[in-house]
Amino acid sequence: MESLDATNTIVQQEVGTKAHHISDPHQHKDAVGAKIGMWLFLFTELLLFGGLFLLYMAYRLQYTKDFVIGGQELNIILGTVNTIILLTSSLTMALSIAAIQRGKKDLSIIFLVSTILMGLAFLVIKYFEWTAKFSHGIAPNSPELLSKPNGEIVFYGMYFSMTGLHALHVLIGIVVLSFMLVFLLRNKITKEDYIKLENSGLYWHLVDLIWIFLFPLFYLIH
Amino acid sequence: MANGTLAATLENYLEYKSKKGIFAWILSTDHKRIGILYLVAMVTFFWVGVTLGFLMKLEMLTPGKTIVDAQTYNTFFTLHGVIMIFLFIIPGIPAVFGNFFLPIQIGARDVAFPRLNLLSWYLYIIGGLFAIISLFLQGGPIDTGWTFYVPYSIRTTTNVILPLLGAFILGFSSILTGLNFITTVHRLRAPGMTFFRMPLFVWALYATAWIQVVATPVVGITIVLVIIERLLHVGIFDPALGGDPLLFQHLFWIYSHPAVYIMILPAMGVVSEIIPTFAKRTIFGYKVIAFSSLAIALIGYFVWAHHMFTSGMSDTSRMVFSLLTFLVAVPSGVKVFNWVATLYKGSIELRAPLIYVMMFIFLFSIGGLTGLVLGSLATDIHVTDTYFVVAHFHYVMFGGTAVILFAALHYWFPKMFGKMYNEKLAIWATPLIFIGFNMLYFTMFILGYLGMPRRYWSYLPEYQTLHIISTVGSWILVAGLMLMFGNLIYSLFKGKPAEANPWGGVTLEWQVPSPPPVENFEEIPVVNHGPYDFSTINENKDGKS
Ligand SMILES: [Cu+2]
Repeated sequence: MESLDATNTIVQQEVGTKAHHISDPHQHKDAVGAKIGMWLFLFTELLLFGGLFLLYMAYRLQYTKDFVIGGQELNIILGTVNTIILLTSSLTMALSIAAIQRGKKDLSIIFLVSTILMGLAFLVIKYFEWTAKFSHGIAPNSPELLSKPNGEIVFYGMYFSMTGLHALHVLIGIVVLSFMLVFLLRNKITKEDYIKLENSGLYWHLVDLIWIFLFPLFYLIH
Repeated sequence: MANGTLAATLENYLEYKSKKGIFAWILSTDHKRIGILYLVAMVTFFWVGVTLGFLMKLEMLTPGKTIVDAQTYNTFFTLHGVIMIFLFIIPGIPAVFGNFFLPIQIGARDVAFPRLNLLSWYLYIIGGLFAIISLFLQGGPIDTGWTFYVPYSIRTTTNVILPLLGAFILGFSSILTGLNFITTVHRLRAPGMTFFRMPLFVWALYATAWIQVVATPVVGITIVLVIIERLLHVGIFDPALGGDPLLFQHLFWIYSHPAVYIMILPAMGVVSEIIPTFAKRTIFGYKVIAFSSLAIALIGYFVWAHHMFTSGMSDTSRMVFSLLTFLVAVPSGVKVFNWVATLYKGSIELRAPLIYVMMFIFLFSIGGLTGLVLGSLATDIHVTDTYFVVAHFHYVMFGGTAVILFAALHYWFPKMFGKMYNEKLAIWATPLIFIGFNMLYFTMFILGYLGMPRRYWSYLPEYQTLHIISTVGSWILVAGLMLMFGNLIYSLFKGKPAEANPWGGVTLEWQVPSPPPVENFEEIPVVNHGPYDFSTINENKDGKS
C-alpha cells in the first residue's frame, strides 16, 4: 500500500506541476484525494451519530420498559415505507453514477431526479409522522408528554432528536443532489470527471445507512 | 510565454498580487497566506485572553471585591477559557505553522484542498465572532465555565446558545483542517518523500489531524444536544426529565481529553524540528518519536473519564481510567528522553528558539508529572477542582503548547517574513516569561494543595500571601510577553533581511528562499535522504566550496 501510495503521488505531482502554470497556482484536480477527503468527512458524520447511539444505548439500558412502550406507539407501517423508499433511493443513486460512467447523461439525470424525489417523499412521510404525534399531544415539553414517566420522556427526546437530525441530513443531501443535477445539465459532471457525483452519492448512502440503524432501534423494539 | 508565467509564480508570496488590496489576502487560497491570516487572528484573540487572565489575577489580589463583582468574575473565567482553548490553543500551531510549513516540508505546492482551507479560516472567524457577539446581547455573557456542564448550562439565563454555536462552528473548522492535512500527507508528498522521510513536525500534524477528525464530531453532537435541550426541553440531559448529566460529561470529555493532544502534539513536533537544527545532529530515535505521536493519539482516546473521578462513577471504571491515564504518559516521556538524548554531545547553538524549547521541556515536565498526581484516584480526590488543577493545565497548555508556539514563531519568523528578529531582545524576554510564569502558576500548586478551590471569586485571608505572589508573577509574565511580541512586531518592519537558511536547518523549508515563492518550489524536489540528515548537507557544502 505504501509503495502504491508513493507512485500515485509522483504521478499526481507531475500532473499538478504542469497544470499550475496555466491557471491559479493553488488549484489542482485529484480524484483520489477528493475521495479520501470525502471518506474522512463521512467518518466524522458517523461519529456524530455515534455519540447519539451511545446515549441511546445508555438510556435504553436504564429505561428498558419505557423504551418498549414508546417504540410500540410509533407507526411501524410509515417507518417501513420510509425504509423502503430510502433503500430504493440508494439504488437509483448508484445507478445514476453507473450511467454517467458509461456516458449516458440522460439516464443519469433520470436516476438522479428519482433519487431526489424519493428523498422528498421520505421527508413528507416523516412530516406526517411527526405531526400525527404532535396532534396526540406528544411533543417536547408538552404537558401530555411530561405527565408520562421519565423513561418515555427520554425515549421521545431521543426519537425527536435523532430522527430530526437525520431528516436534516436528508434535506442537506437533497440540496447537494440538486446542485449535482445542475452540474449534470451543464456538463460540469461528465464521463471523464464525475467525482462530485460519486462523492455526493457516498453521502447519500451514509444518510441511508444511518436510517437503517434508526429504524429498528425505534420502531421494532419489543 | 512559459517564462513570463514562471517568473510570476516565483515571486515571493508576500508581494504576489492576485487581487486588489485586502482581497489578495482574505480571498487567497495560498496555504502560506492562510497561515498568516490565522496568525493575525490568533494573536489578537490571545491578547484578549491574556487581558482577561490579567484582570482575573488582579481581582484575586485581595479577598472579596478588588476590581469586579462575582458575576463578572464568572464571565471572565468562562471567556478566558473559551478564547484560550477554542480560539488560540486548539487551532494554534496546526492552523498557523501547519498550514504554512506542512506542504513545504513534504515538497508540495499547497494543501490538498486549498479552497476548503480558506473556508476553515472563515469558519474560525465566524465561530469567534459568535462568542464575542454573545457578550453584548441581552442576558449577559456566558458564565458556565468553558466546560458548559449541564444542568447549569441549560438553566442559566446568560447567553449560552450563541457561544455554543460558535464552539460548534470552530469544531467544524478544526475537522476540515484535519481532513485536509491527512489527505495532503497521503497525496502530495514529493517523489522520494516516503512516510519515514517526513519531518517529525509533519508526523505530529498527521497524528493530530486524525484526532481532530475522530474526536471533534463527538463534542459537536454534545453541543447540539445542549442547544436542543435549552430550546425544546427534550430531557436528554435534564435530570428533572430523566436525563443523565453524567452522560454529558462523558461525551464532553471523549472529545476534550483528546483535544489536549490536539493542543500538545503539534508542539512536540515543533520541538523535534528545533532541537536537531540547533544541536546540528540528527534526532535520536526518529521512528520512536514518530510512533509515539500515533500512540498518544490512540491511547489518548481512552482516558477521558479521568476528568470525572469525583463525578460519581463506579470504582471499576475509575481504576481502569486511572491505569490508562498512567499509560498515556509513557509515550510523552519517551519523547522527552529522545529530545534530551539528541542534545547530548550535539554542537549546541543557544538561540532564542532553543531557549524556548528548554523552557518547554522544564515546564512541560512539571505539568506532566503533576498530571500523575491528578491521575491517581487517592490524590485526585484531595486536589480535584482546586488551584492545583489550574496550575497543572497551565503548565501543560501554556508552559507546553504556548511556549512552543513562541519558539516556532522565532524559529520560522525569518522564513515566513524574510526578516530577522532582534536576537538579544528575544533572549531577554525569556527570563521574564520564565520567572513570571513560575511565580504565577507554581504558587497555584501550593494554593491548590492547601485547599483553594478553582473559580472562586473570594477566599480566606490565609491564602492572600500566595495570591499576591501569583498576581505579581502575572505582571512579570505579561511584561515578558509584551517584550517578546514587541520585538517581533518591530522586526517585521525594521528587521534585517533574512537569508534562505539562517539556522542551518536541513528540512525542505530551508531550501527555498525567505520568504518562499508563491508556488514554494521552482521544481518539485526529489527526496533521497531522511529529514535530519546533516551529513549529506555538510558533504554537499564541502563539495561546492
Ligand atoms: Cu484529560
